[in-house]
Amino acid sequence: MSNTPTSEQDLSDLIQAAEGPIRIVGGGTRDIGAPVEGTPVSTAGLSGVTLYEPGALTLVAQAGTPLEEIDALLAKEGQRLAFEPSDLRGLLGTEGASTIGGVVATNASGPRRIQVGAARDFCLGVRFVDGAGRVLKNGGRVMKNVTGYDLVKLMAGSWGTLGVMTEVSMKVMAIPETETTLVGKGQSAVQAVESLSAALGSPFDVTGAAFSEGKTFVRIEGLEASVAYRAAELANGALAGFQPVSGAASSDIWARIRDVSAFAGRDGSIWRISVKPSDGPRLVAALDDLSPDALYDWGGGLVWLHVADQPSAGAARVRAELAKLGGHATLVRAPADVRATVPVFQPEPAPIAALTRGLRQKFDPHGILNPGLMGA
Amino acid sequence: MQMPAPNSRILSRKDHIVARLQSVLPVGAVVHDPIQTRAYECDALTAYKCPPLCAVLPTSTNEVSAVMRICHEEGVPVVPRGAGTSLAGGALPTADSVILGVARLNDVLETDYDNRFIRVQSGRTNLSVTGAVEEDGFFYAPDPSSQLACAIAGNIAMNSGGAHCLKYGVTTNNLMGVTMVMADGEVVQIGGAHLDAGGLDLLGLICGSEGQLGIVTEATLRILAKPEGARPVLVGFDSNEVAGHCVSDIIKSGILPVAIEFMDRPCIRATEAFAGAGYPDCEALLIIEVEGSEAEIDDQLSRIIEIAKRHNPVEVRESTSAEESAKIWLGRKSAFGAMGQINDYMCLDGTIPVSELPLVLRRIGEMSKDYGLDVGNVFHAGDGNMHPLILFDANKPGDLEKCEAFGADILRLCVEVGGCLTGEHGVGVEKRDLMVSQYGDDDLEIQLQVKDVFDPGWLLNPAKVFPLNVTETRRAG
Repeated sequence: MSNTPTSEQDLSDLIQAAEGPIRIVGGGTRDIGAPVEGTPVSTAGLSGVTLYEPGALTLVAQAGTPLEEIDALLAKEGQRLAFEPSDLRGLLGTEGASTIGGVVATNASGPRRIQVGAARDFCLGVRFVDGAGRVLKNGGRVMKNVTGYDLVKLMAGSWGTLGVMTEVSMKVMAIPETETTLVGKGQSAVQAVESLSAALGSPFDVTGAAFSEGKTFVRIEGLEASVAYRAAELANGALAGFQPVSGAASSDIWARIRDVSAFAGRDGSIWRISVKPSDGPRLVAALDDLSPDALYDWGGGLVWLHVADQPSAGAARVRAELAKLGGHATLVRAPADVRATVPVFQPEPAPIAALTRGLRQKFDPHGILNPGLMGA
Repeated sequence: MQMPAPNSRILSRKDHIVARLQSVLPVGAVVHDPIQTRAYECDALTAYKCPPLCAVLPTSTNEVSAVMRICHEEGVPVVPRGAGTSLAGGALPTADSVILGVARLNDVLETDYDNRFIRVQSGRTNLSVTGAVEEDGFFYAPDPSSQLACAIAGNIAMNSGGAHCLKYGVTTNNLMGVTMVMADGEVVQIGGAHLDAGGLDLLGLICGSEGQLGIVTEATLRILAKPEGARPVLVGFDSNEVAGHCVSDIIKSGILPVAIEFMDRPCIRATEAFAGAGYPDCEALLIIEVEGSEAEIDDQLSRIIEIAKRHNPVEVRESTSAEESAKIWLGRKSAFGAMGQINDYMCLDGTIPVSELPLVLRRIGEMSKDYGLDVGNVFHAGDGNMHPLILFDANKPGDLEKCEAFGADILRLCVEVGGCLTGEHGVGVEKRDLMVSQYGDDDLEIQLQVKDVFDPGWLLNPAKVFPLNVTETRRAG
């Protein structure tokens, strides 16, 4: 039997006939999670855009459609996936081409998440095959839909542990006329996050707020006159002393932050940590004993933490300090033997873990879909 | 409309159940007198009524937990109730159920401007969440029409939207965390002041689950800085189709209005007679609102007007002052009242792809003639969320049934063209039996299995969302 099904029915047959675990392969660019032993099943045979209506801001694509193909199609109409999915190949040392199904399954969202929302907020509908081989759908292709339970959100970020996605409907948005980034220098992490909070708490629709490699960045996008006005208001107020950068130079800054390029090619382990923004610098300071290096996105609330030469990637320390603040930490890069022993995803309190286990048991009664990837 | 027959074993033990509930709640927090329980016999879907066994009004998460423990032990169904504004019958009781009202859970627990969130008890009204932060320049974005009265708990249960969600999203896009009491009384925390889930996105699953997975008692909500200003433009057209194309062109242009509202001729005429907003007498009109500084608003409105003019509008009315803005919104905001003045009405909530707008409006017009019932359309055009208002006479035998059949036909049409049964009101009891037109057997079964995980005894709002015959064996168990 082929491990590259070309239809939902093929995939359903394959899953029903499976005698052991299955490792779901999209583009293979996000090698995150505990290593999965299983027969690889690729979504590459489920590829292509099935519907694109620029005037309704909607796109429907087969899960294995390469992200590049979608980006190119949207760009022709002056549109894009606004949640800014990351390209982590450099950081994770992977090759291949990211797929839209992989982006949704991992809820991969970039800097603009802070303003427009995450991949899960832009996914309008899914079709998938669950672990029993059932072909299922939820949601649709309209912007507002409260018909029954929202399994779309549940599937987004489930890393293939609840089903193999075959098709996704996405909300797309127009590419704005222009963008400007205000750049500040010489701030500490605490000062930077204060500046970012002030900018994000202004009425100026900030679409990026990061502190990375010693610089503080605030992005504004929109109509020409509007961006000029907002940038000036911020530079004259909360972001005094910041310098504007526009055009390609601005978009390059955000591609680098989105892809965590500063940590690419450096040995060591990488944590991705979501906290309350003002807790970002606090957490990093508390972990001083690990000699960490940190990048802050999402106004300080997304911390990319680089840790070198620590047994188990410093997991016990990271999670102990995080427990005091609230939030979650994912070990996105570490040697396979570390990922096999340290929980890669945030361990859950008992009642939540019971719900997670219960849901997995319904969606994947035989426990064959990416077993163990997100933990037990 | 059918509801399950009440469990006589529960009815006969009312005194015992009430006494147990009274033992864990403050004096006066258990409403059990048959006259007083009538206050809870329906929500805003007033066509269906049934007083509950009793209603409880707890004042803390711990009290909610104690109530749920008792109902779990006694096997009594629980119907959660926010402010009772559901148009879908989400809070409609059965005679053997306990109404769990969150009206006394209305405190603000934490406000954090640096991190842009507010934490409130779930019985707080939508508008009073904004009220708690607006003096400091912030607001809570989702704005259902009932926002003066509706509770955050209900907003979460139905994943409520509003006129401004074109830009800001619906409840699920603005909800960061909840404290929730499970069916067996256990209290869980999901999400918080940080973004996204560390594991499966349970928060996204709970939002919009119509009170069937747990009782949300506290919510962490995203708050945003208020825009510097906002102003609408009104554009009239001599055809629905052209107005529909104009909506598409505006959306495609890259300008992001906060709202695009649509009214058709029957609705415009009813509104004029009622409110006298001075609307042009035309086939269709759009109200498009943008935000920003004065100069930004001018820039956006001039671009929108330029697009509109390509569609030969019969009228373009740009607001230049707060008074003019209020006048433009006056008709839209009184549309439901105006229709209600003419007759009883049923408000639908189907959502369609924006591109199907002209076809769907034409078909609704044809069906209106076939059924002999008038219908007015007023809705959020930017996201395809329609609100056809079907007029009928509740005192005329057979009219309600005819109206319901007409409504069901419209909703099936919405599904047929790629849309859905409900965009922001929820399924409740109203659209329960139509679920089979949108979902196949397995698609429904997996949703029932989700409920099995959260509420194995099927005690939370059990007769809602899914067709009764589909849930029968589970509810009996």
